[in-house]
Amino acid sequence: MGSKLSITLLALAALTTVAQAQDKSSDIIARGEYLARAGDCTACHTAPEGRLFAGGRAMPTPFGTLYTSNITPDPETGIGRWSADDFYKTMHSGRFPDGGLIYPAMPFASYTKVTRADSDAIFAYLRSIPPVDQKNRPHDLRFPYDNRQLILGWRTLYFREGEFKPDPTKSAEWNRGAYLVEGLGHCSMCHSPINALGGTSKSDAFKGGLIPMQNWYAPSLTSNREAGLGDWSIKDITDLLQTGVSARGVVYGPMAEVVHNSLQYLSDEDTRAMAVYLKGISEPSPPPPASSALPTTESSLLISLGKTVYDKNCASCHGTQGEGKPPHWPPLANNQSIEMESAVNPIRMVLNGGYPPGTKGNPMPYGMPPFAGLLSDNEVAAVVSYIRTAWGNRGTPVSAREANELRSAPLN
Amino acid sequence: MFARVAASALVIVTLAVFDGAAAQTANQPPDTMAARVEACTPCHGNKGEGTSDVYFPRLAGKPAGYLYNQLLAFRSGRRKYPPMNYLLEFLPDPYLESMAEHFAGEHPPLPQPAPSEVSKDVLAQGELLATSGDAGRNIPACVSCHGPGLTGMQPGIPGLLGLRAAYISAQLGAWRYGTRTAKSPDCMQLVAGHLTEADVTAVAAWLATRPAPTNPAPVPKGTYALPFGCGSQPN
Ligand code: HEC
Ligand code: HEC
Ligand code: HEC
Ligand code: HEC
Ligand code: HEC
Repeated sequence: MGSKLSITLLALAALTTVAQAQDKSSDIIARGEYLARAGDCTACHTAPEGRLFAGGRAMPTPFGTLYTSNITPDPETGIGRWSADDFYKTMHSGRFPDGGLIYPAMPFASYTKVTRADSDAIFAYLRSIPPVDQKNRPHDLRFPYDNRQLILGWRTLYFREGEFKPDPTKSAEWNRGAYLVEGLGHCSMCHSPINALGGTSKSDAFKGGLIPMQNWYAPSLTSNREAGLGDWSIKDITDLLQTGVSARGVVYGPMAEVVHNSLQYLSDEDTRAMAVYLKGISEPSPPPPASSALPTTESSLLISLGKTVYDKNCASCHGTQGEGKPPHWPPLANNQSIEMESAVNPIRMVLNGGYPPGTKGNPMPYGMPPFAGLLSDNEVAAVVSYIRTAWGNRGTPVSAREANELRSAPLN
Repeated sequence: MFARVAASALVIVTLAVFDGAAAQTANQPPDTMAARVEACTPCHGNKGEGTSDVYFPRLAGKPAGYLYNQLLAFRSGRRKYPPMNYLLEFLPDPYLESMAEHFAGEHPPLPQPAPSEVSKDVLAQGELLATSGDAGRNIPACVSCHGPGLTGMQPGIPGLLGLRAAYISAQLGAWRYGTRTAKSPDCMQLVAGHLTEADVTAVAAWLATRPAPTNPAPVPKGTYALPFGCGSQPN
């Protein structure tokens, strides 16, 4: 009788330990899922209409097309045979388990900042998703870029391996924001000038640049002349990151993707931490000389045509004074995203229109029609010149040629 | 005196109330689907009636299930038209459903059919294909699925009225070349695959000459049986 009882007790004890262990591992998996969202792995590793994380998504680059890998736990075609060490090596050092070099299109240059504990949590999550039997499609790169040894040169120039080091002079919140923005968020992958080798150099991090192949300009996150958020309120920044719309402006193009797949899922605390960090890194920049390539008489003609086009086609949503009806119909007056030196984004907005992403905070966004079929090159240039210079905006006029060139920009 | 003061106070109060209400609505776009789909209407018309561009289809009154399937296909890139693929890329399913319901619920009148540019013989060939098909070549009658009145059937089969010949032949061409596909089994691909270039011209021309029926609404689900299965029309 006594022994029976103790066996039962023992069994019970064993059950509780198992339950606790399971509890802990399901916590880790949930955290890993959250971190995988913060890293936006799905943007690249899930193909349209494809299975979750089965890869096969085409990534056009100036050197040819890369196809992303299957990172489901399938033992033959995915990463089912990998250990947590193998996985950390990919995230941290940009190498395959056998030491082979990984193309930097996989943003390990940012993920290297991720802690070992966070890498392990993401790995635990990836092991918990359904395995998909789908072979990786070979990359289609032109000579000589098909030779992985070339990655060595890129690594020497641009890759600094190492986990995130908190700055003790800054608050915990600032450091949490920095960890997310510089690490998993891989914001610098787009928000830095990209040179001919496809690299972003440390000193230029967050200085803004044209994204190759996509023809969108990712503005500087440090200059208040671009997307530097120095004079934004924390609420406007968190609104923008979490819902895609804000009283100051909206996201569109590749940034809509980032909000849709990643940022909308981050907790209020993490979003706020990112906002605090982003506001903190902005630096006042000297106003650029307000010069334009266009002769003055030509640009004043253009701008008066622009006002006519604007009043007829745009004022119903953006207001006669560019005041908009924020956040849904964004204001154009004092909107940094149209005043930047590069006029690529406002020209493309007029040509292609757009919807901000549908998010939990803004599930039914309002949209803007594409004007490519309704306005001539000259009218597009005119209206963009007008919104860049009216109501105290400090942009410069653009030419019909610039408008024409962007008509052929790829749409997805 | 007192009455006048009271009256002007009333005016001030009314003005203030009116001002407040106006300011509120003026500060936000109308909370309606119509305002949310203003991005679509330059191409599809204010009520989804279509525009003068012959390749821009009418949306109004088509079954909501059919329109929703198309929006899903454009969002994923399975059906290709880059300006629309781009607009829909980051919109969630329930929102696309609401857009589909919005246009399905609009009923602007069908346009006057345009005079046809093809010969009587070609039109007769088109009518024959649409109403009887060609059993010898495995072509079912279009009406066997799109309905005796060509008004479609809920939830997934569209009517074929109010569309221009250029649009219809472009869609049939897209199925023949595999650039438009629908849920499997993709019955329209089978149908289009059996059509020749001449068949497409004839049937598109005839369909575009059809006058509006008295009741253009799609018939309820299950009104008639399809000759073979369609993935987009669950039975
Ligand atoms: C911007 C696109 C992009 C993002 C975002 C991205 N990856 Fe990748 N990833 C790639 C590409 C491209 C490759 C293939 C690289 C190669 O072949 O050298 C790759 C390869 C990998 C591999 C190697 C698998 C193998 O067997 O080839 C792993 C593991 C991986 N990624 C995990 C992740 C995780 C986890 C995340 C999110 C934290 C992530 N990736 C986010 C583009 C991306
Ligand atoms: C039906 C309402 C509507 C009309 C008409 C309209 N827009 Fe917009 N506009 C919007 C919405 C909604 C957005 C946000 C789109 C997005 O995020 O993709 C937007 C965004 C923009 C942006 C980007 C703003 C930012 O915050 O970065 C610019 C620039 C712009 N519109 C210019 C114009 C011009 C110029 C016209 C006329 C040729 C015009 N719009 C007509 C609704 C409209
Ligand atoms: C895939 C490329 C890409 C990535 C990754 C990316 N961005 Fe962007 N971002 C853009 C582009 C392009 C724009 C310009 C369009 C716009 O304003 O929405 C932009 C705009 C912005 C803006 C300005 C919005 C405005 O209205 O002025 C902010 C702030 C921003 N990004 C923050 C971030 C942060 C923080 C991250 C990392 C979590 C990030 N971005 C990652 C491409 C990217
Ligand atoms: C630039 C013009 C344009 C805009 C803007 C546009 N569409 Fe379209 N739409 C088209 C064209 C052209 C087609 C036919 C494409 C093809 O050839 O397959 C189409 C097809 C469709 C179809 C399929 C119709 C059918 O009968 O098969 C639906 C549904 C649709 N659009 C809805 C929308 C909605 C909703 C919006 C706004 C979010 C929108 N469209 C914006 C041009 C446009
Ligand atoms: C077996 C049933 C079936 C038959 C027979 C059939 N259709 Fe269809 N058709 C469909 C279905 C289902 C769709 C909707 C497909 C989708 O969801 O994209 C469709 C769609 C279409 C469309 C697209 C309409 C639009 O607005 O874009 C056209 C055009 C069309 N059919 C023409 C024809 C013609 C012409 C014939 C006769 C030669 C025909 N169909 C015979 C089932 C059929």
